[in-house]
Amino acid sequence: MWDHEIKAMASTHAIITASVFMATVIPAVFVPGFSVYGTHLLWVYAVSGTVTCVSVAIFWLLGISPPTKKHTLGYKLSRLSRSCLYFFLSCLFFYTVVVLYGAPLIESALETFSLSVLLTSLTTLRCLCVLGPNVQTWIRVFSRHGAMSVWDTCLQITVACTLIGAWVGAFPIPLDWDRPWQVSSSHRKPTYSDWNQWTFELLFSFHHLQPV
Amino acid sequence: MKGTRVLSLLLWLCLMYFVGIYLFVGGFLLVRMEVNRTSTCGDILEPGDGSGDFCGSQPRFRRAVLIIIDALKIDFARFDPSNTAPRPYENKIPVLEETLSSRPLQSRLYTFRADPPTTTMQRIKGFTTGSLPTFVDVGNNFASSAILEDNLIQQFGKTGKRVVFMGDDTWESLFPKKFHRSLPFPSFNVKDLHTVDNGILQHLYTTMMGDDWDVLVAHFLGVDHCGHRFGPDHPAMADKLTQMDSVIRSVIDRLQNDTLLVLMGDHGMTDTGDHGGESQKETDATLFLYSPSPIFPAPLSQTEPDVVPQTDLVPTLALLLGVPIPYSSVGQVLLPLFSPHGQTGSAVGGLSQLEALWINAKQVNRFLETYSSMAKDIPPESLSQLQQEFSRLSSEYLLTARESRLPSSHLVSALQAYLTSVRDICRATWARFNPVKMAAGLVLLASVCLVCFLMSELSPALMREKTAGLLAPLVVALAVGACAAAAQLLTRGYVETAWCLAAGAFSSEILFFWRVCRLSPPAVTKNGAKASKLSRWLVLRRLLTPPLMVPLLRCASLLSDSYVIAEGRVITFLVLSLVIYIPIHLNWNGLLLPPSPDPLKSAGKESGILLACLGVLIGSMYLSLSFHGCREEQGFCQPSPFLSPLSRLQDSQLKNLYYILSVISLGVFAYLLRHCLCHYGNLNSSGGAVFTARWILPLLSVCLALHWAVSATPEDSFRKLSELIRLAQLALPRAAFCLLGLGLCLIWLDPLTVFVKARATSSSRSSAPALPRYRASTGISPQAELRHLIPQIYHRMRRSLEDGELSGGIEADNRPTVEAYGLGTVYSAPVLLFWGMLGVGLLLLHPEGMALSFLLLLLEMGALLHIHASSVNLSGAHGASTGGFTVPWAPIVVWSLAATQFFHATGHLPTFPSIQWGAAFVGFPDGHTGTFLPALLVSLNTFASHILFAVGCPLLLLWPLVREVRGSRGGRACGEEGEDAVMEMRLRENPEQFSSALLQLSARYLFIHGVQVFSSVCAAAILRRHLMVWKVFAPKLMFEALGFLVSSTVLLIGVTLVLRVDMAVSRWFKRLIPDAAR
Repeated sequence: MWDHEIKAMASTHAIITASVFMATVIPAVFVPGFSVYGTHLLWVYAVSGTVTCVSVAIFWLLGISPPTKKHTLGYKLSRLSRSCLYFFLSCLFFYTVVVLYGAPLIESALETFSLSVLLTSLTTLRCLCVLGPNVQTWIRVFSRHGAMSVWDTCLQITVACTLIGAWVGAFPIPLDWDRPWQVSSSHRKPTYSDWNQWTFELLFSFHHLQPV
Repeated sequence: MKGTRVLSLLLWLCLMYFVGIYLFVGGFLLVRMEVNRTSTCGDILEPGDGSGDFCGSQPRFRRAVLIIIDALKIDFARFDPSNTAPRPYENKIPVLEETLSSRPLQSRLYTFRADPPTTTMQRIKGFTTGSLPTFVDVGNNFASSAILEDNLIQQFGKTGKRVVFMGDDTWESLFPKKFHRSLPFPSFNVKDLHTVDNGILQHLYTTMMGDDWDVLVAHFLGVDHCGHRFGPDHPAMADKLTQMDSVIRSVIDRLQNDTLLVLMGDHGMTDTGDHGGESQKETDATLFLYSPSPIFPAPLSQTEPDVVPQTDLVPTLALLLGVPIPYSSVGQVLLPLFSPHGQTGSAVGGLSQLEALWINAKQVNRFLETYSSMAKDIPPESLSQLQQEFSRLSSEYLLTARESRLPSSHLVSALQAYLTSVRDICRATWARFNPVKMAAGLVLLASVCLVCFLMSELSPALMREKTAGLLAPLVVALAVGACAAAAQLLTRGYVETAWCLAAGAFSSEILFFWRVCRLSPPAVTKNGAKASKLSRWLVLRRLLTPPLMVPLLRCASLLSDSYVIAEGRVITFLVLSLVIYIPIHLNWNGLLLPPSPDPLKSAGKESGILLACLGVLIGSMYLSLSFHGCREEQGFCQPSPFLSPLSRLQDSQLKNLYYILSVISLGVFAYLLRHCLCHYGNLNSSGGAVFTARWILPLLSVCLALHWAVSATPEDSFRKLSELIRLAQLALPRAAFCLLGLGLCLIWLDPLTVFVKARATSSSRSSAPALPRYRASTGISPQAELRHLIPQIYHRMRRSLEDGELSGGIEADNRPTVEAYGLGTVYSAPVLLFWGMLGVGLLLLHPEGMALSFLLLLLEMGALLHIHASSVNLSGAHGASTGGFTVPWAPIVVWSLAATQFFHATGHLPTFPSIQWGAAFVGFPDGHTGTFLPALLVSLNTFASHILFAVGCPLLLLWPLVREVRGSRGGRACGEEGEDAVMEMRLRENPEQFSSALLQLSARYLFIHGVQVFSSVCAAAILRRHLMVWKVFAPKLMFEALGFLVSSTVLLIGVTLVLRVDMAVSRWFKRLIPDAAR
């Protein structure tokens, strides 16, 4: 059982990683002029869209989500709508946080919002898939003794690493290297910190899995 | 309460820090006094023959062209025909070599040796004043960078020469309005190789052909920028140097016979293209002199100097062009340009070598006399030696001149030797880093940081120790310092204070370490015996927790110029991260949300408070970003509109709006303070502190608002009232100062805010919690009163306990009981009040708009205190508290970093031009006579946030007690009567823990600040060759060091205030107990 779960989780992550990779490579083949830095917004959309679809599909197929109490269609619909609402609220929440961290409020709203969508698809969406739309449970899971299953532990690690990665992504901005991805010193929180996120995320999650 | 021990330990720490900073700064910052006198044509130099020296003879040249090619290293200018495969920077300026070989009597190429610091601004100062500029030239004007010392450009202007300038816009800021015509081009962007050069080339030739100039200065920047961007070894450098070659050719072609061409570099560059330091590659620049008519009496000979110090250009140019030598020049004339004696009247004209040297020597001697009367930094024995030498030389010269015999070459070389030795002594005093002192300062600072950390970790042990505290280290330090002084006297003949201090500091530190080692064995063996490796790993992991990671990141950020430039935002980012970490950490430990909601309802409420305060904190941090000023390095940045004083606003409607906003925020500031005191029942008694809170604080605020109104009125709007307005401008701020002083004194003298009400009823214990008859005059509901102002039954309880122990046997019943209102916040109320008074007082020194920022500061502090208290309560509720009154690292780190955050959010920046000089004139609109008062006012203004956060630091210890949840801790401390809130009285129960926690808190606060100072010191030491060292790192170091000085002093004051309150409370109890026992 334990072994089986770990295998399932490892393959899930492998699939998600592969999907990110594909979301980078496939547009580069089909869309003319696509590059990670040049058309970063497009890339971010591609990545977050793919991650959203793939993780929803996988977690639904694997049946990780907590069992529902009622099996009526109406209840399922309300769960779905609540999940969508949470997704949207979480986008707004991340937008606010990023703005509070120093991103301009309106000036580059599109970039900031895409970053928040990306962060949501990497963190909140996963919580929604694994734990269902229940904030109380989320808060409980993110405590020392809150993780009940290997999926919870995995969730803790990936979410924490994503957020830390995004946080670390702000560090190069004030430096005066004049690279294209350093937008300007007034834009503290750019949309290109995902490499950090993913490397961090993957490194940490695999590192952590081995002892388990 | 071992108050004296706490204070003396803290004082010792601060002194160690100060000595460390003093040592480093003494070796790093070179200080020189500016002599604000100017030479004129009419000056008679001593000993003279009565006639003016400077403008006596016919000048050799009428006009001069000064071409400065920034960073033109001597290697660039040399031409080696045998080099077949030249590097990109070699052999690119062949014109110099061609001219030298074809016209040897008209041209010379020298190595032009600059004095460190080799940065462009200091160099321009150097070769126009002839002095040795240092980082801090103490003059009477810090606000602008204009050169006030006597200089060549000024002398040209005074003698009627028309100076035309083109090129680097640094000149424009150094010599504002000194040029006949000026064409400055922006020099800021180092990446831009061509703007300045092309701008010059557009105008240079047409100007030269015209007749509208006498002195033409052109400063090319391309070579320097190319070095910074690509390094010297790059094809772009070859292109740039080739361009310069063609420029020089064209200029030489256009010169006329009466014109001198001076081509020079201001400094060199290293192999990576940087400069600023003192290595030979950076100091050796090019000097090329040329004139269409012969200027050198003989072709280049072996006896001529090869290396020309940069200062020597000034007297040479001055005498050649017939203007007075600038007053503070210490250079010596370049002899080959003057004719040997006996040829004076020949076709060459001008002064002879001996005459030029004689004028030069007299001028240098005059400067030396003036300088030594102003400042004492030149060693006296070398000074007297120089004076003897000069008087010997002058008598010899006068003898020669009287007998008009041919001067011996001996006299010439003696005069040269005299001038050289003067310059060497000046250079040794002003222009050399002292690496030994710098290293000693670094080591001392590092060890003090370690001591500080140890002290904060071992504070309970230090408090428990029986042996007399600091007497031994003090005696040892004094003894060692005296020994060092004696040794210096014996070996060198004079005493240097810095080294004595260093010796004393080191010895007392070693003693402290030894005592700590002896102290800690029990602690070490407990963990260390098991597995030393594991424990070391654990210690390392403890250091890597976010609360210590954030200061580490902060220190690392001080080592990068981009991060220092963006410091305001960087620090907000870091503080915000740490603040968000606090609830996440609580949640991680499962403390934020109680697992089951029913048993502890208060916990849910507590976390609600915590999250609300988090919102307030983050909101005020975000808003505080809009009060930042702008550095000149931040290209497109607009300074906050609130920074300019209201009187500068033109739009009257906007002015009114701003004024109302400021007044409202001032009102809210005062109201919040008062409300807080009122809420905890501290406004009921009739002591000095309460008087201050009730009357002086509002009065002060009213004064401030009126002062703003008066100072914002436009001068011409009320003609009739102008007298009154002037009076008000003088009187209102002064009244505010007086009120502030009075209030602070009153708080200090009578800090108790406890209202005592004796109850003559013979109430038994069981009736005690009943609702009291007395209602505080604050108009809040009885429930709130019951909950917070609490008739402090504590005292009764305590007395019964005490009596039980001491006298025993006396019945607890039938005794008059006493109610004390506000006893629970007896410590924090005066500190808070003191803080608030200081806050309003410091606001007086700021522009009006900063009232909003101060309100944000108050909100942020309050929110932080509440978050801290809530998290302590939440941990305490789950039995996870560590015991004692220990304040964890996270809030202290936030607290001390917030000081820097608000340093920026009150419009300050760590640069000299951004100092708000207006503060010196608040209440003194006509200026000052002394320097102490304006310096005090300006530093109070600059370090306002440091002062406020340092003085409020003890609140971090007190606030969790003020906000403690009843019944949580009480159960432990007070046995069965635990339901009574005893709040800060808990501190009196554990005086030992109180003093150790106070020591720990202060040591941690000092540690965080000290580590920041240490890292900026490191930045200055490591990056002393960096391009930005004098622009970014050195000012940052100064501000950081001064900020530490102010913070630590004010922290000591805050701690002393707490101890003072403690004393007052003890006396109060002593008075009360016999009173009650009657």
